[in-house]
Amino acid sequence: MSSVAPVELDEPATDSSTANDRPWVVIVWNDPINLMSYVTFVLQKVFGYAKEKAESLMWDVHTKGRAVVSSGPRERAEMDVFRLHEHGLWATMQHDD
Amino acid sequence: MRFAPTADGRFTPNLEPQERAFLAGLPSQLRDLLDNDDPSLRRLFPTAYHDDPERDAEFQRLMRDDLIARRTETAQVLQDTAESDTISAEELGMWMNAVNDLRLVLGTQLDVSEGMDMDDLTDDDPRLPQFAVYGWLSMLLEQIVQALTGQLDA
Repeated sequence: MSSVAPVELDEPATDSSTANDRPWVVIVWNDPINLMSYVTFVLQKVFGYAKEKAESLMWDVHTKGRAVVSSGPRERAEMDVFRLHEHGLWATMQHDD
Repeated sequence: MRFAPTADGRFTPNLEPQERAFLAGLPSQLRDLLDNDDPSLRRLFPTAYHDDPERDAEFQRLMRDDLIARRTETAQVLQDTAESDTISAEELGMWMNAVNDLRLVLGTQLDVSEGMDMDDLTDDDPRLPQFAVYGWLSMLLEQIVQALTGQLDA
């Protein structure tokens, strides 16, 4: 009897390029220094959000400790984080799991 | 109004001469800290990648110089225009960043916590003068945001 070699399946590799296709979210964290009015204004300015949306996000940051303020591909998220850091907000990015 | 809009889209900072002189003197203190990589600056360069220290180190490496350049620029504009009769909307935006940067540094040095105010300090607390500055800068920032928000809605 001949033995059949097991067929090797090529699993799609989770390399960095496919990993980057997963959306990233940008999170703003609460801190004791930034003023609520300032955070609201920065969200309006950086993302073009209407005042109501910016206030709602700010309130989530303030009461829940954090809020997702934007999402998208990695490069876009990094740009958003950089602009938020420029304004002194504490922002991080992670995969939207 | 503290920052009154002019007819030609500029703003008049309605500050006392002493206030203007005081403001003009603050940026050089910030620059000293930036030049000496002072630990109270850590709040100006927060983490970006929450759960990936390697990626975060890369981000910091690329972005840190740009952040320092931007902060130096806005601090310089504040210093140069603190005593101007009128300032442009762009300059007011830079005042906003510079004033907030100063608040972040001072707040870190004072180790402020949520809801803390000057009543929490005793009369002989050596932090009182710094705290007074912090409070004054906070009020100024509120007023700048008010003025710029008026522009956004226009």
